[in-house]
Amino acid sequence: MNERREPQGPTRLVASPARLHRVADVAETSEGAQELAPGSPEAFLRVGEAAVGELGTGAVGRTGQIDLERPDDETMIINMGPQHPSTHGVLRLMLELDGEVVLRSKPVIGYLHTGMEKTGEELTYVQGATNVTRMDYLSPLNNELVFSLATEALLGIELPERATWIRMLMSELNRISSHVMWLATNGMDLGSTSMMIYGFREREMVLAFFEKTTGLRMNHNYIRPGGVAADLPDGWEDDVTVICDTIEARTYEYDELLTGQPIFRERTIGVGAISAADALALSATGPILRSTGVAWDLRRDMPYLAYDQVDFDVIIGTYGDNFDRYAIRLNEIRESIKIVRQIVEKMPGGDYRVQDPKVTPPPRARIDESMEALIHHFKVFTEGFRVPEGEVYTAIESPRGELGCYLVSDGTSKPYRLHIRAPSFVNLQSLPVLLRGGLVADAVATISSVDPVMGEVDR
Amino acid sequence: MSSASSGNMVGAEGPIAVAHTTGSDGTDVAHPTREQYHALVAQYRADGFETCADLCGVDYLTHPGRSGLPEGIKPERFEVVVNLLSLQLRRRVRVRVQVPEDDPVVDSLIDLYPGTDAMEREVFDLFGIRFSGHPDLTRILMPEDWEGHPLRKDYGVGRVPVQFKEAPGPR
Repeated sequence: MNERREPQGPTRLVASPARLHRVADVAETSEGAQELAPGSPEAFLRVGEAAVGELGTGAVGRTGQIDLERPDDETMIINMGPQHPSTHGVLRLMLELDGEVVLRSKPVIGYLHTGMEKTGEELTYVQGATNVTRMDYLSPLNNELVFSLATEALLGIELPERATWIRMLMSELNRISSHVMWLATNGMDLGSTSMMIYGFREREMVLAFFEKTTGLRMNHNYIRPGGVAADLPDGWEDDVTVICDTIEARTYEYDELLTGQPIFRERTIGVGAISAADALALSATGPILRSTGVAWDLRRDMPYLAYDQVDFDVIIGTYGDNFDRYAIRLNEIRESIKIVRQIVEKMPGGDYRVQDPKVTPPPRARIDESMEALIHHFKVFTEGFRVPEGEVYTAIESPRGELGCYLVSDGTSKPYRLHIRAPSFVNLQSLPVLLRGGLVADAVATISSVDPVMGEVDR
Repeated sequence: MSSASSGNMVGAEGPIAVAHTTGSDGTDVAHPTREQYHALVAQYRADGFETCADLCGVDYLTHPGRSGLPEGIKPERFEVVVNLLSLQLRRRVRVRVQVPEDDPVVDSLIDLYPGTDAMEREVFDLFGIRFSGHPDLTRILMPEDWEGHPLRKDYGVGRVPVQFKEAPGPR
């Protein structure tokens, strides 16, 4: 990666901020507030500062490339989505175009909003994991993990070591499956249908192991407050080793297929670039932040589970463009494989869930012989357990960035407030900055490189 | 928890004295008044908290006597909770500001952290808390013409009418 990269798109002079005063030329619509709001001159004057209020629509940013004094009728606003296949779900984008160059843009979301945070307030902590697991459907185990960690922080319970390591194993395998899925869809967006098939094929291997362990391919409800639902199946070491060996070998096939491929490089290098200051200001995390050269990975910098006991590298980029994000995700698959191999070696024995009768239902065998155990079992699954009053924010590194859970308990068995800080939701704000000054044909690849999962964006 | 102490932060505009507590997760929690809120967050930003990780609202309608608030802070119905993150210090800090029901307005943080744009829109959409200074405070998750703010505690969960059950409850 030695060649110089230039952001694509025509270079024009910056003109006076006059044009920013005008109201965006959206046709009359009943959905008035969904227009692109007019930019403000104050925002324009602060170009170069990271904290700019108008950064949200990309009204400022790389203004140097865009002629601001063009007559209004020369730009066009088009809607992309919500049913466009490349928008990865029901994402709608409003793009302001000058010919083929994207000026401002605005993501319009909410098409998949099902009020999961509200639902979470009606479910007990035992049921809660079944709810949150459906948010980010490509890494469901990470959602369960952050919810369970938040609940356990409120309960103040210590997990057995084996439960922690099983969680770490599943979380890393989930990262692999999520990233190969991303490689698949990103490949498809760039016209590489082979990559799409390969990505799905690799993901299938991981999902088969998930099915064997948790009973389900998605929405597992496997990681629960108090531990995990079941121990790993017999022979799991062999299964996991086969997954690691196969996928690791295939990442080098992807290298041959994409990394050095001239068309792929042309379409990704220098496209959709963002600076580290902008990424931080827009609260972007995960591969977007790391692609700008900021080495921030919660697994290393604020370790949870037992990540301080395994050895891995944090992959960062330099230019913050689509190619860097591709390279980061590809290499993160290799790092996850490295972690999984260490977990296979170091997996401690012991119990897979905490033996706290308040949180843990009695073993199945006890229910047949003890009336009290049956009552206890019944109570855990109907009433749930009481969680001490308090509020807690926990965060983990999901494949998409910082996945946080803000949990408020009022002392009952249901969360008083369950808020999930969804990385896709926050990262989507950097999309207008990434798209600015690029070609509309590259917008598809850039949306994909943000890796939004709409289930998580809209919750 | 709730080991209330008064912490002084020194910044460019002089120290802002706000009450601090410790959350259940051991995080330092600052409790500014609405007037102090923006200045306090600005001071945190100057002190090295580069990014705003999260901003969300809580409606304490049915749980008004919550613990964890320091003395001198009057509990109000709404709370805006901001989680700031410092990469250089590897530290988090939480800011909880009380927002009264009859005047649910707080300052927007968008001039400090542009990343709060979508988060503040979400809180406005789901709680009806307004952020003064936000350039585009519109609904983000719910439809444009939606009435009410769904995450408020007096807003029903919704129910699908089921045969052999009583009449459907509130929306």
